[in-house]
Amino acid sequence: MKLGEFLLVSIQVDMHDKLALALQQDLTDRIAATGARGVLMDISALEVVDSFIGRMLANTAAMSRVLDATTVVVGMRPAVAITLVELGLSLNGVRTALDVERGMQLLRAAVRQPWEEPDGDTPV
Amino acid sequence: MATLRSEIAGIVTSEDIVRVRHMVRDAAVRLSFSLVDQTKIVTAASELARNTLEYGGGGTVRIDELADHGRLGLQLIFEDRGPGIADLNQAMQDGFTSGSGLGLGLGGAKRLCNEFEIQSKPGEGTRVRVARWK
Ligand SMILES: Nc1ncnc2c1ncn2[C@@H]1O[C@H](COP(=O)(O)OP(=O)(O)O)[C@@H](O)[C@H]1O
Ligand SMILES: [Mg+2]
Repeated sequence: MKLGEFLLVSIQVDMHDKLALALQQDLTDRIAATGARGVLMDISALEVVDSFIGRMLANTAAMSRVLDATTVVVGMRPAVAITLVELGLSLNGVRTALDVERGMQLLRAAVRQPWEEPDGDTPV
Repeated sequence: MATLRSEIAGIVTSEDIVRVRHMVRDAAVRLSFSLVDQTKIVTAASELARNTLEYGGGGTVRIDELADHGRLGLQLIFEDRGPGIADLNQAMQDGFTSGSGLGLGLGGAKRLCNEFEIQSKPGEGTRVRVARWK
Protein backbone atom coordinates (compact mmCIF):
# COMPACT_ATOMS: atom_id res chain seq x y z
CA MET A 1 0.00 0.00 0.00
CA LYS A 2 1.53 3.28 -1.08
CA LEU A 3 0.53 6.69 0.20
CA GLY A 4 1.20 7.80 -3.33
CA GLU A 5 -2.08 6.21 -4.30
CA PHE A 6 -3.90 9.09 -2.67
CA LEU A 7 -4.44 12.67 -3.79
CA LEU A 8 -4.63 15.38 -1.16
CA VAL A 9 -6.52 18.53 -2.06
CA SER A 10 -6.79 21.45 0.28
CA ILE A 11 -9.33 24.14 -0.62
CA GLN A 12 -7.88 27.39 0.66
CA VAL A 13 -10.06 30.15 -0.75
CA ASP A 14 -13.71 31.11 -0.98
CA MET A 15 -14.20 29.86 -4.53
CA HIS A 16 -16.54 31.42 -7.04
CA ASP A 17 -18.71 28.93 -8.91
CA LYS A 18 -16.60 28.63 -12.06
CA LEU A 19 -13.48 28.00 -9.99
CA ALA A 20 -15.30 25.26 -8.08
CA LEU A 21 -16.32 23.59 -11.35
CA ALA A 22 -12.75 23.88 -12.67
CA LEU A 23 -11.43 22.22 -9.51
CA GLN A 24 -13.92 19.38 -9.87
CA GLN A 25 -12.85 18.83 -13.48
CA ASP A 26 -9.15 19.08 -12.61
CA LEU A 27 -9.50 16.55 -9.81
CA THR A 28 -11.35 14.10 -12.01
CA ASP A 29 -8.61 14.43 -14.65
CA ARG A 30 -5.90 13.83 -12.05
CA ILE A 31 -7.59 10.73 -10.66
CA ALA A 32 -7.77 9.32 -14.18
CA ALA A 33 -4.18 10.31 -15.02
CA THR A 34 -2.57 9.01 -11.82
CA GLY A 35 -4.81 6.04 -11.14
CA ALA A 36 -5.19 7.31 -7.58
CA ARG A 37 -7.33 5.07 -5.39
CA GLY A 38 -8.27 7.76 -2.93
CA VAL A 39 -8.89 11.50 -2.71
CA LEU A 40 -8.72 13.51 0.47
CA MET A 41 -10.44 16.90 0.26
CA ASP A 42 -9.58 19.19 3.13
CA ILE A 43 -12.28 21.87 3.50
CA SER A 44 -11.22 23.13 6.93
CA ALA A 45 -10.55 26.59 5.46
CA LEU A 46 -14.09 26.89 4.04
CA GLU A 47 -16.31 29.17 6.12
CA VAL A 48 -19.33 28.55 3.91
CA VAL A 49 -20.58 25.51 2.02
CA ASP A 50 -23.71 26.33 0.06
CA SER A 51 -25.69 24.03 -2.24
CA PHE A 52 -23.33 24.74 -5.14
CA ILE A 53 -20.15 23.76 -3.29
CA GLY A 54 -22.07 20.88 -1.70
CA ARG A 55 -23.07 19.63 -5.14
CA MET A 56 -19.46 19.97 -6.31
CA LEU A 57 -18.26 17.84 -3.37
CA ALA A 58 -20.95 15.22 -4.09
CA ASN A 59 -20.16 15.21 -7.83
CA THR A 60 -16.46 14.80 -7.17
CA ALA A 61 -17.18 11.85 -4.89
CA ALA A 62 -19.45 10.29 -7.52
CA MET A 63 -16.93 10.80 -10.33
CA SER A 64 -14.12 9.33 -8.25
CA ARG A 65 -16.29 6.28 -7.57
CA VAL A 66 -16.69 5.71 -11.28
CA LEU A 67 -12.89 5.88 -11.56
CA ASP A 68 -12.52 3.32 -8.76
CA ALA A 69 -11.34 5.86 -6.20
CA THR A 70 -12.78 6.82 -2.83
CA THR A 71 -13.24 10.46 -1.81
CA VAL A 72 -13.18 11.52 1.80
CA VAL A 73 -14.03 15.10 2.79
CA VAL A 74 -12.25 16.21 5.95
CA GLY A 75 -12.26 19.17 8.29
CA MET A 76 -15.77 20.52 7.85
CA ARG A 77 -16.27 23.29 10.41
CA PRO A 78 -19.04 22.67 12.98
CA ALA A 79 -20.91 25.86 12.00
CA VAL A 80 -20.85 24.70 8.38
CA ALA A 81 -22.14 21.25 9.30
CA ILE A 82 -25.00 22.74 11.35
CA THR A 83 -25.92 25.09 8.50
CA LEU A 84 -25.89 22.31 5.91
CA VAL A 85 -28.52 20.40 7.87
CA GLU A 86 -30.86 23.40 7.88
CA LEU A 87 -30.14 24.08 4.22
CA GLY A 88 -31.36 20.54 3.59
CA LEU A 89 -28.18 19.21 2.04
CA SER A 90 -27.45 15.69 3.18
CA LEU A 91 -24.21 15.04 1.22
CA ASN A 92 -25.35 11.48 0.70
CA GLY A 93 -22.58 9.35 -0.69
CA VAL A 94 -19.83 11.66 0.53
CA ARG A 95 -17.60 10.14 3.17
CA THR A 96 -16.45 12.56 5.84
CA ALA A 97 -13.84 12.50 8.58
CA LEU A 98 -12.89 14.96 11.30
CA ASP A 99 -9.34 15.60 10.16
CA VAL A 100 -6.70 14.59 7.65
CA GLU A 101 -5.28 11.82 9.83
CA ARG A 102 -8.65 10.15 10.31
CA GLY A 103 -9.44 10.69 6.67
CA MET A 104 -6.28 8.82 5.71
CA GLN A 105 -7.29 5.94 7.97
CA LEU A 106 -10.66 5.80 6.23
CA LEU A 107 -9.01 5.82 2.81
CA ARG A 108 -6.55 3.08 3.73
CA ALA A 109 -9.39 0.94 5.02
CA ALA A 110 -11.48 1.63 1.94
CA VAL A 111 -8.85 0.57 -0.58
CA ARG A 112 -7.48 -2.39 1.42
CA GLN A 113 -7.91 -5.57 -0.56
CA PRO A 114 -9.50 -8.61 1.07
CA TRP A 115 -6.47 -10.78 0.18
CA GLU A 116 -4.05 -8.42 1.85
CA GLU A 117 -2.05 -9.92 4.72
CA PRO A 118 -2.92 -8.57 8.17
CA ASP A 119 0.67 -7.29 8.64
CA GLY A 120 0.13 -4.91 5.76
CA ASP A 121 2.28 -6.61 3.12
CA THR A 122 0.73 -6.06 -0.25
CA PRO A 123 1.11 -8.77 -2.84
CA VAL A 124 2.05 -7.33 -6.19
CA MET B 1 -37.03 50.26 13.83
CA ALA B 2 -33.74 51.97 13.00
CA THR B 3 -31.38 51.28 10.15
CA LEU B 4 -27.83 51.38 11.47
CA ARG B 5 -26.17 50.88 8.13
CA SER B 6 -27.25 50.07 4.62
CA GLU B 7 -25.35 49.21 1.48
CA ILE B 8 -26.21 48.05 -2.01
CA ALA B 9 -24.18 45.73 -4.21
CA GLY B 10 -24.60 44.65 -7.80
CA ILE B 11 -24.78 40.96 -8.68
CA VAL B 12 -23.57 40.55 -12.25
CA THR B 13 -20.82 37.92 -12.20
CA SER B 14 -20.07 34.81 -10.15
CA GLU B 15 -17.31 36.79 -8.40
CA ASP B 16 -20.05 39.11 -7.16
CA ILE B 17 -21.60 36.18 -5.28
CA VAL B 18 -18.32 35.80 -3.40
CA ARG B 19 -18.29 39.56 -2.71
CA VAL B 20 -21.87 39.42 -1.37
CA ARG B 21 -20.87 36.55 0.94
CA HIS B 22 -18.03 38.68 2.32
CA MET B 23 -20.19 41.80 2.71
CA VAL B 24 -22.89 39.85 4.57
CA ARG B 25 -20.23 38.20 6.75
CA ASP B 26 -18.76 41.61 7.63
CA ALA B 27 -22.21 42.98 8.50
CA ALA B 28 -23.00 39.93 10.67
CA VAL B 29 -19.67 40.33 12.48
CA ARG B 30 -20.38 44.04 13.07
CA LEU B 31 -23.70 43.02 14.68
CA SER B 32 -21.83 40.45 16.82
CA PHE B 33 -23.81 37.50 15.42
CA SER B 34 -22.63 34.13 16.72
CA LEU B 35 -20.47 32.11 14.35
CA VAL B 36 -23.37 29.75 13.56
CA ASP B 37 -25.74 32.68 12.90
CA GLN B 38 -23.11 34.32 10.67
CA THR B 39 -22.72 31.10 8.72
CA LYS B 40 -26.48 30.68 8.30
CA ILE B 41 -27.17 34.13 6.91
CA VAL B 42 -24.07 34.10 4.70
CA THR B 43 -25.16 30.74 3.27
CA ALA B 44 -28.69 32.06 2.64
CA ALA B 45 -27.18 35.14 0.96
CA SER B 46 -25.03 32.95 -1.26
CA GLU B 47 -28.06 30.94 -2.42
CA LEU B 48 -30.18 34.02 -3.12
CA ALA B 49 -27.36 35.90 -4.85
CA ARG B 50 -26.82 32.92 -7.15
CA ASN B 51 -30.54 32.86 -8.01
CA THR B 52 -30.43 36.60 -8.76
CA LEU B 53 -27.53 35.97 -11.15
CA GLU B 54 -28.52 32.65 -12.71
CA TYR B 55 -32.27 33.04 -13.03
CA GLY B 56 -32.81 36.78 -12.66
CA GLY B 57 -30.09 37.65 -15.14
CA GLY B 58 -28.35 39.80 -12.54
CA GLY B 59 -29.61 42.35 -10.07
CA THR B 60 -28.84 43.91 -6.73
CA VAL B 61 -28.81 43.17 -3.03
CA ARG B 62 -29.42 45.67 -0.26
CA ILE B 63 -27.83 44.79 3.06
CA ASP B 64 -29.48 46.51 6.05
CA GLU B 65 -28.19 46.37 9.60
CA LEU B 66 -31.22 46.95 11.81
CA ALA B 67 -32.03 47.72 15.43
CA ASP B 68 -35.53 47.10 16.72
CA HIS B 69 -36.10 47.90 20.41
CA GLY B 70 -32.51 46.97 21.15
CA ARG B 71 -32.62 43.81 19.07
CA LEU B 72 -30.10 43.68 16.23
CA GLY B 73 -30.84 42.13 12.89
CA LEU B 74 -29.62 41.74 9.36
CA GLN B 75 -31.98 42.20 6.43
CA LEU B 76 -31.13 41.30 2.84
CA ILE B 77 -33.23 42.33 -0.14
CA PHE B 78 -32.43 40.75 -3.49
CA GLU B 79 -33.99 42.28 -6.59
CA ASP B 80 -33.84 41.53 -10.27
CA ARG B 81 -35.77 42.41 -13.39
CA GLY B 82 -35.54 38.94 -14.86
CA PRO B 83 -38.26 36.60 -16.10
CA GLY B 84 -39.90 36.19 -12.70
CA ILE B 85 -41.41 33.02 -11.26
CA ALA B 86 -44.77 31.80 -12.54
CA ASP B 87 -45.39 29.20 -9.82
CA LEU B 88 -44.00 30.29 -6.47
CA ASN B 89 -45.23 27.21 -4.60
CA GLN B 90 -43.36 24.99 -7.00
CA ALA B 91 -40.21 27.15 -6.82
CA MET B 92 -40.23 26.97 -3.01
CA GLN B 93 -40.38 23.18 -2.99
CA ASP B 94 -37.18 21.42 -1.93
CA GLY B 95 -35.71 19.64 -4.90
CA PHE B 96 -37.43 21.72 -7.56
CA THR B 97 -35.06 23.32 -10.06
CA SER B 98 -35.63 24.69 -13.53
CA GLY B 99 -31.87 24.67 -14.02
CA SER B 100 -29.24 22.21 -12.87
CA GLY B 101 -29.22 23.05 -9.16
CA LEU B 102 -30.28 20.98 -6.18
CA GLY B 103 -33.46 23.00 -5.70
CA LEU B 104 -32.52 23.89 -2.12
CA GLY B 105 -31.82 27.62 -2.45
CA LEU B 106 -35.20 29.16 -1.73
CA GLY B 107 -36.39 26.60 0.82
CA GLY B 108 -32.95 26.56 2.45
CA ALA B 109 -32.76 30.36 2.67
CA LYS B 110 -36.20 30.37 4.30
CA ARG B 111 -35.09 27.84 6.92
CA LEU B 112 -31.81 29.67 7.57
CA CYS B 113 -33.50 33.01 8.32
CA ASN B 114 -36.21 34.21 10.71
CA GLU B 115 -38.11 36.14 8.06
CA PHE B 116 -38.62 35.26 4.41
CA GLU B 117 -40.71 37.01 1.81
CA ILE B 118 -40.80 36.51 -1.93
CA GLN B 119 -42.58 38.56 -4.58
CA SER B 120 -42.41 37.78 -8.25
CA LYS B 121 -44.27 38.66 -11.39
CA PRO B 122 -43.67 36.85 -14.65
CA GLY B 123 -41.98 39.23 -17.04
CA GLU B 124 -41.20 41.80 -14.35
CA GLY B 125 -38.75 40.29 -11.93
CA THR B 126 -38.27 38.88 -8.47
CA ARG B 127 -37.73 40.35 -5.02
CA VAL B 128 -36.69 38.23 -2.05
CA ARG B 129 -36.39 39.66 1.45
CA VAL B 130 -34.86 37.73 4.32
CA ALA B 131 -33.95 38.80 7.84
CA ARG B 132 -32.19 37.15 10.70
CA TRP B 133 -32.34 38.54 14.23
CA LYS B 134 -29.84 38.07 16.99
N1 LIG C 1 -34.57 35.36 -9.05
C1 LIG C 1 -35.23 34.39 -9.72
N2 LIG C 1 -35.78 34.65 -10.94
C2 LIG C 1 -36.43 33.68 -11.61
N3 LIG C 1 -36.59 32.42 -11.15
C3 LIG C 1 -36.07 32.11 -9.96
C4 LIG C 1 -35.36 33.07 -9.17
N4 LIG C 1 -34.97 32.47 -8.03
C5 LIG C 1 -35.41 31.20 -8.10
N5 LIG C 1 -36.07 30.98 -9.25
C6 LIG C 1 -36.72 29.71 -9.66
O1 LIG C 1 -36.91 28.91 -8.51
C7 LIG C 1 -36.27 27.63 -8.68
C8 LIG C 1 -35.77 27.10 -7.36
O2 LIG C 1 -34.71 27.89 -6.88
P1 LIG C 1 -33.72 27.27 -5.79
O3 LIG C 1 -34.53 26.73 -4.68
O4 LIG C 1 -32.69 28.28 -5.47
O5 LIG C 1 -33.08 26.02 -6.55
P2 LIG C 1 -31.99 25.96 -7.73
O6 LIG C 1 -31.24 27.25 -7.72
O7 LIG C 1 -31.13 24.80 -7.38
O8 LIG C 1 -32.74 25.75 -9.00
C9 LIG C 1 -35.20 27.88 -9.71
O9 LIG C 1 -34.84 26.71 -10.38
C10 LIG C 1 -35.87 28.91 -10.62
O10 LIG C 1 -36.74 28.26 -11.53
MG1 LIG D 1 -30.70 28.47 -6.22
